[in-house]
Amino acid sequence: MTILDDIESRSAPETGDDDAVIYRHRIATRVTHWTWAIALFFLLLSGLQIFNAHPELYIGKQSGFEFENSVLAMRALQAADGTVGGYTTVLGHSFNTTGVLGVSGPADNPSYRGFPAWATLPSYQDLSTGRVIHFFFAWFFVAAFLVWFVSSLISGHLKRDILPSIADIKALPASIADHLRFRFHHDGRYNGLQKLAYAGVLLVIFPLIIATGLTMSPGMNAAWPWLLDIFGGRQTARTIHFLCMAALVVFFLIHIFMVLAAGPLNEMRSIITGWYRTDKKNNEERQV
Amino acid sequence: MTRFIINRRKFLTIAGVAASAIPLSGCDAFDSLLSGQSPLRDFLASANGLTYRAHRALIGTDTLVPEFASSEIRQGQRPNGSTDPTDTDYLALKDTAFSNYRLTVGGLVEKPVSFSLDELRNMPARTQITRHDCVEGWSCISKWTGVPLHQILDEVQVKSGARFVVFHCYDTMDLGLQGAASYYESIDLIDARHPQTILAYGNNDKPLAIANGAPLRVRVERQLGYKMAKYIKGIELVSSLAPFGGGKGGFWEDLGYDWYGGI
Repeated sequence: MTILDDIESRSAPETGDDDAVIYRHRIATRVTHWTWAIALFFLLLSGLQIFNAHPELYIGKQSGFEFENSVLAMRALQAADGTVGGYTTVLGHSFNTTGVLGVSGPADNPSYRGFPAWATLPSYQDLSTGRVIHFFFAWFFVAAFLVWFVSSLISGHLKRDILPSIADIKALPASIADHLRFRFHHDGRYNGLQKLAYAGVLLVIFPLIIATGLTMSPGMNAAWPWLLDIFGGRQTARTIHFLCMAALVVFFLIHIFMVLAAGPLNEMRSIITGWYRTDKKNNEERQV
Repeated sequence: MTRFIINRRKFLTIAGVAASAIPLSGCDAFDSLLSGQSPLRDFLASANGLTYRAHRALIGTDTLVPEFASSEIRQGQRPNGSTDPTDTDYLALKDTAFSNYRLTVGGLVEKPVSFSLDELRNMPARTQITRHDCVEGWSCISKWTGVPLHQILDEVQVKSGARFVVFHCYDTMDLGLQGAASYYESIDLIDARHPQTILAYGNNDKPLAIANGAPLRVRVERQLGYKMAKYIKGIELVSSLAPFGGGKGGFWEDLGYDWYGGI
């Protein structure tokens, strides 16, 4: 058994049987992974709490109250017969989302709110506590990102395992076909689709959600006014921040699904201890 | 189908009361840990001090927020919080079109003074088109005209022990079951002396409307709307925020909002 740097090894060393255990995730990868996991859980639920204080998104520098620049709104609307329903309007198209968005909670005591109680922290409407939670975990999220980025740049993790190579791009059709057949290769290395997903999250969504968060700060607008120019105004930045959140939720669902599909025990062991059991036999079959 | 109007500010004020009435599910697991003055909530809130210090280190003392062109004024200034105070002393001023209004400036100053509205209007003024950001998340661009606060501070000569400027206001806010409290706010001397911090008496080329804080409100452009007190009665230079209201430096701060509202 040999200790290998992150996912460096192409051919796992012999261990006497068909499997080999490799050191897949170094400490910086594992610590930042779990810091993000915890921070993002609280950032998501407190972020939805903050959103609920004004459950409407706009494009531009300001919110249109006397003109129209709304792209998403969650509202409680009263029909002529007196019944109140939750309606979500996306780019001018309205959907009845009673029970989840706009109006939620028990029928005899409904709440008029954007996201429902089960999706926010605290569960009840409390903007100030939502902000307290959000800005606490934002520091950890950003700190973990800086630690991860610098250490991955130095260790070569970024270039080796995250940025897709030309070979990865060429192999993408095969990689997609493999995924569709649920045929996974446990060689400890990331395939093209994995690299694209991780690069998208780590190098696009994470910096974007941090930068748009900062753009919403009136203090930061004085320090770095160019942030407003990049994102097209504070309200557009708020909308992008929300879309990044939605993208991360989608990533999380796929991420968990793939962990379950690829072998949850082995995957969990590698992201906790670093050690990952490769399936050599499978690899050999692939090369045939 | 008619819009169902929900007064969000009221919602915030009575959130604690409403909370007990809402049957809770998933995320109520953390509710008791995060309510009111819980030690965990206080610990999490200490991150605001870090944010404050980081901003003070990163943002130059006199760095301005972006100002906008007249064409960006596309709507009236949206009011929030108190929009029509019913306090007796305020109503008396309102009846005489604020001709009897006097802004008092006191506390840790060498020369306490008071100013009439005309005296303030005759002082060198600053006009700026800026974006107002509400803590709720919305933004509104409008034009503000007023006296830079640093001119007033220079005139009264701030004593060396002063650390904060406290704004005392006419409007009393409803606290639901807890009664009522006068609005007040506070900022540090860096923001107080910032070139864009003005005591505004004009908005969009008209006298400041009652809904927006007539006769006088403060603009603290690098912070959120709740820091920009309306219906200002007096200004006090102080060394500590402890003696005022709940001791947290502002009406909303006493209800759990961060004192530093630059984020």
